[in-house]
Formats: sequence, structure tokens, C-alpha cells
Amino acid sequence: MNRENSGYTIIYASVMVIVVALGLAFTHQVLNDKQIANENTDKMQQILRSLNLEVNAAEAQNKYSELVKNAYLVDDEGVKVEGTEGITPDDPAFSTELGDAQAKGLPVYEAEVDGATKYIIPMSGAGLWGPIWGYLAVETDGSTIYGSEFGHAGETPGLGAEIEYAPFRNQFKGKNLFRENEFTSVAVVKPGQTNNRRDYVDGISGGTITSKGVDNMLLNSVGRYKNFLMNLHTAN
Amino acid sequence: MALSSKTKAVLLGPLNKNNPVIVQVLGICSALAVTSKLEPSIVMAVAVTVVVAFANVIISLLRKSIPNRIRIIVQLVVAAALVTIVSEVLAAFAYDVNKQLSVFVGLIVTNCILMGRLEAFALGNGPWPSFLDGIGNGLGYGWILIVVGFFRELLGSGTLLGYQVVPQALYDAGYENNGLMMLAPMAILLVACIIWIHRSKNKELQEETN
Repeated sequence: MNRENSGYTIIYASVMVIVVALGLAFTHQVLNDKQIANENTDKMQQILRSLNLEVNAAEAQNKYSELVKNAYLVDDEGVKVEGTEGITPDDPAFSTELGDAQAKGLPVYEAEVDGATKYIIPMSGAGLWGPIWGYLAVETDGSTIYGSEFGHAGETPGLGAEIEYAPFRNQFKGKNLFRENEFTSVAVVKPGQTNNRRDYVDGISGGTITSKGVDNMLLNSVGRYKNFLMNLHTAN
Repeated sequence: MALSSKTKAVLLGPLNKNNPVIVQVLGICSALAVTSKLEPSIVMAVAVTVVVAFANVIISLLRKSIPNRIRIIVQLVVAAALVTIVSEVLAAFAYDVNKQLSVFVGLIVTNCILMGRLEAFALGNGPWPSFLDGIGNGLGYGWILIVVGFFRELLGSGTLLGYQVVPQALYDAGYENNGLMMLAPMAILLVACIIWIHRSKNKELQEETN
């Protein structure tokens, strides 16, 4: 059959599309379980990093099970939702995405480090080029930050991408989310500036929009847990 | 394995006289986008080399059957499918590498070097020369990226591969990192400098101006 024949062209295109679609679907199918396991391990590593622990992928599962004692969903009033407790990746807390409108509540993780309980709160927001997210580990007073972890999809290396490194993250240790019983969160300011009303950290020089994204995320995404944190704060 | 002088030229040409970035002027966008640090530059260089080499082989094997009217589309489908499969395999077996690469996947598929080699070489040559052409162009692109990434990270952050290189003493004396190095325009200036040095050494590449 002549290569330039219209019929041949159509058949060729159709066969190519079918072969590629089958090939990609098959590859994905075969690899999916491994990919999900890797994603879960990565999430556990992120949560552990918010507890100021750097573990490699092989140890992540064990360390996570050792430290994270409980995980559950809380509603907007900060009250634990019945029946949502469980720390495995299949349980509500680990498997619920923050942006999910159908979710029954917001995930909270409880970890025990050196005998003291820490509450780990996921957060998500927008950077310059794509989404940013993170985890905030808070002490039992609901206000003092024990550690933080930040992640991003495509921020600029050397600029916005610096949020995932220790120099930026370490600034949050010891900062307070509440001032005089009011949720003020932690502000991210241009390096050199100050803020009297709220606890603050320095943003990334040259990564202004990503820093603003983190600032926003700390206020609005963590802000969804306001009542949960307030309950902790008034109780302790 | 002995290479005939013709196949040697196919492999070595893109490293120097026929370099995709500084002679053919292809792949500039990703050369600017990923070179603010050295590590992503290296990752991208390896990824592009692998993709161009194997895409070249696949298209070369199919070349006698592709209808002329849809040849660009076929090239694009092969490139996109290959990059997607590489990404899926990495997500399963080398998750950390995939996390770094996932940002670049889009950049690899649209890289002009990829389409350029498929169109200019793979469609008209056998699989083995096409494979070598892919490797050669990938490495030619790669070394430019590594040089640009090296200078941008060194002068823009004072580090290399994340390790502090500029001694603290210099910072204390008043030295500051060159912030402009972190932005794309500086990358194009660095590429221009490389082209300048390269052309003064290879006079036959200099264009006639009248």
C-alpha cells in the first residue's frame, strides 16, 4: 500500500494511537502499586521532617509507625470526627487531601517525641509556578511551632525552591501561632523588615512571590485549623 | 567496538563543531530554565541524552512506514510517550530522581533538539547511527548546560552542588553573591560568551558579515 495514500495514513495514525494508549495504560497499571507505595513513603518522610527528623526511604515506614501515635480528621469547629482514627495510609487522615470538598474533615496527626505530644497539621497553597504545601508540627499549647516542612512542585531553584531547605525551615522553631489568644499565625516578611503584631520569619531574597505564597498558606491554610488550635491553646 | 570515521563524526560532531546549543542554537529555553543550579543541569543533561537517543532509534526503525503528512505528529507522539514511560518507571523505581525530573518532563518533550534530530537525522538514517547521533547531541547539549550551571551556581549562590565553595572570609570582606546570575537573562549572556569563545577558536563557523 502506498505510504502517501489517505487510507494508509488514517490507519497508521489509528494504530499508533491505540498502541501508545495501550502501552502507557499497561505501564501505569503494572507500576501503580509501587508508585503509590513510594508516594506514601515520601509523605511519611515529609511528616517526619516537620518533626525535625531526616530519614531515608527505607526507614521511613518504621520511624513513622514508631512516632505517630494517632491520626484523625477534625471538623471546622476543631472537634474530632468520630470513626476517623487510624494511622495507616488507608485511614482517613493520611488519605484525605486538603483541597477535597467531599472530605469529612481536616487531617491531624499526633506524634510523640521524647514523651511529649506534637500535633502535625498539613497545609497547602500556591507558589509562583505551581502548588506549594507543607506540614507544621505544633506543641500541645496549640501555638508554639516545633518544626516545619515545606514542599513545592516547580519553584525556581535557588530562589523559591529554597523554602524546602533547613535555613528557611529552622526559622519557624519556637515561633507562636497565637498572640494574646488570637490566631495571628507566622508572617513571612521581606528580609530586613519586622512585624510587631505577629511572629515572623525572613522570606527568601529574590523569591518574593514564593515567600508571599508561604505567608498566605500559613495564614489561610493553617487558619482552617484555627478552632482546633484554639481548643488546644485554651486547654493548656 | 570500532566506529567508522563517518559514524565517529556523527557521535563527535555535536560535541564541538555541530553543537546543538551553540552552533545549531536549539534547546535554548531549557538551557536557561534549569541551569540556576548545577544539580538540575546534570539531571536534565542525562535525561535529554537518554530521550533523544532512544527516540532517534524508534523513529529510525519506523522511518520507512511513516506517512509524510503526519510525520511531525508521529515524532511528537513517540517523544511524548517515551518521556511519559521514563517518568512512570522512575516514579516506581527511583522516586527521588522522579521528583526532581517531574518539573522538567514538559521541558524535555518540547525541547527543539529532540524534534530537530528526529526530523533532520532519524528520518533518513539507520538505527545505530541515529542512536549515536542522539547520544552525541545529548552530550553536546549536556556539556553546555553543565558549564552554564557551574558558573550560575558558583557566582549566584556561592555553592556547587549545594556545597559552600566561596569561603566565608570573602563574604565577611564584603563579597556578595551576584543575584543577576539566578535570572534567565544572565544565562543567555553566558551562552553568548561560550559561543564567542567557541567561534574565535573555530573560525570556519564565523558567519560572513558585509
